Amino acid sequence: MSAPETFMEQRTALAAKAEVRQLDFYYGDFRALKSISMPVYERHVTALIGPSGCGKSTFLRCFNRMHDLYPGNRYSGEIVLQPDNADLLARGVDPIEVRMRVGMVFQKPNPFPKSVFENVAYGLRVRGEGSRRRIEEKVEQALNDAALWDEVKDRLHQPAYNLSGGQQQRLCIARALATDPELLLFDEPTSALDPIATSSIEELIHDLKQRITILIVTHNMQQAARVSDFTAYMYLGELIEYGVTDELFIKPAKKQTEDYITGRFG
Amino acid sequence: MKPIEAPLRREIQRRKRTQTLFAALGLVALMLGVLTFAALFAEMAWNGFARLDWSFFTHFPSRRAAQAGILSAWVGSTLVMLVTAIVAVPLGVAAGVYLEEYAGKNWLTDLIEINITNLAGVPSIVYGLLALGLFVYQFGFGQSILSAGLTLALLILPVVIVATREAVRAIPQSIREGSYALGATQWQTVRYHILPYSSPGILTGVIIGLARAIGETAPIITIGALTFIAFLPPSPLKAEPPYLSFEWLFSPFTVMPIQMFNWTSRPEAAFQANAAAAGFVLVLMTLAMNGVAIWLRYRLRSRIKW
Repeated sequence: MSAPETFMEQRTALAAKAEVRQLDFYYGDFRALKSISMPVYERHVTALIGPSGCGKSTFLRCFNRMHDLYPGNRYSGEIVLQPDNADLLARGVDPIEVRMRVGMVFQKPNPFPKSVFENVAYGLRVRGEGSRRRIEEKVEQALNDAALWDEVKDRLHQPAYNLSGGQQQRLCIARALATDPELLLFDEPTSALDPIATSSIEELIHDLKQRITILIVTHNMQQAARVSDFTAYMYLGELIEYGVTDELFIKPAKKQTEDYITGRFG
Repeated sequence: MKPIEAPLRREIQRRKRTQTLFAALGLVALMLGVLTFAALFAEMAWNGFARLDWSFFTHFPSRRAAQAGILSAWVGSTLVMLVTAIVAVPLGVAAGVYLEEYAGKNWLTDLIEINITNLAGVPSIVYGLLALGLFVYQFGFGQSILSAGLTLALLILPVVIVATREAVRAIPQSIREGSYALGATQWQTVRYHILPYSSPGILTGVIIGLARAIGETAPIITIGALTFIAFLPPSPLKAEPPYLSFEWLFSPFTVMPIQMFNWTSRPEAAFQANAAAAGFVLVLMTLAMNGVAIWLRYRLRSRIKW
């Protein structure tokens, strides 16, 4: 392993895919996120870690405006998406447009009770893609990208529920990839999976970051250390520390972070 | 492990006796219901069996019991059910989906919910009275198949709405989020996920509602169904363009329970046998509908898992 580059060195060489500025989030009157600011670098993996209830999933779900599905939720601050410098939390921005650019993979595999093929094709159909040939091409490509094609190519038209848990989660990744998202959100994608399925998902994330910016919430600190380039440690809705993963895990700047990553707390 | 002492053992024995006693009581309660129904059904079948032949289904009612049949009644029941289903299903499903997926959670929605539950408990004769004023006189549909179908549609609407809501609520939130996360609109989510996955539950509710409606007598009498009909409604198909005709909707009619009611009110024993035979057919129709509901639920459910 090469010597870890310093954070500042990396920062100058990097382009931000998204820039979070003074983000607050409220569930009704409860302020769940407190003034968070941090970058999400293009074609790198950024991990969000912290104890349960620290707001990391809440933070992640701001990026595709998932909170808009439920009444009483409110954002303030900005998440600016590049290259068009658009604040995706702005009032005039349609959450549907945001979700077409920012994909998401959930904690528990949630394939639709349809065939493998229809699961992956869904995002394209939602966009009104009518050409059967183009859909077939895209589905094959997405399944390949999710390292699932060889396992399912003979049963594309069978129910997705016949797949194993790990395959289902890769199917959900393929489903998100089919529409070429710029940013892909992972919400504890391996917490429902066994160690072998987990490592295949981690490998996949590693491959995907060649093309896509990835933001991942994880409970598992080894996982954050293995897959991410940058890590943000959150606690009680605040961003405590953000930095290059290797540095943050080896010599955290804050005592709180150190207590958490050494397992003294959380 | 400590050995069980005698008093404790006796206590366990005593508890087991209580358990057996309760199971026995439950069985008796169950049998009371099932056997009563079976006895009624068997008696009806016994009394009416002699009358059950092909001509019973192909003859109009008659003053001579031996020649009387249920042709106009079963055709009437079928057509009324058709109208009921065509009206109640889209309205009920749309209302149910709206309440679950679109309506905000506020006092107005709560009020509507409570009212729908209450509507399911309104005596059917009240619907009949409402329909008499509204459909028969106000809208001028007359004492017709259309009026009857609309009346029964109102009657089962709450059942369809409640069934739809329960089926929609059973769909995990993760499915909805999965759909929205791919950029789907609310309508796309409803169209591609909510409706298909809730269809087994909705269908079951619809059929149970129809099975209830087919036996309804009071509201149909209220709107003025005739008890003696010796003709069929005009055919929906015509030889000349536009080939389809909706005249049958405005035709006078009778339905199975009314035909039965008419026969039971006659003194002659032969008509009692006719009534029993018609009742037997009606129960079979209801059982068949429930059977189809169970089969459909089983078939469709097996394709949907989460």
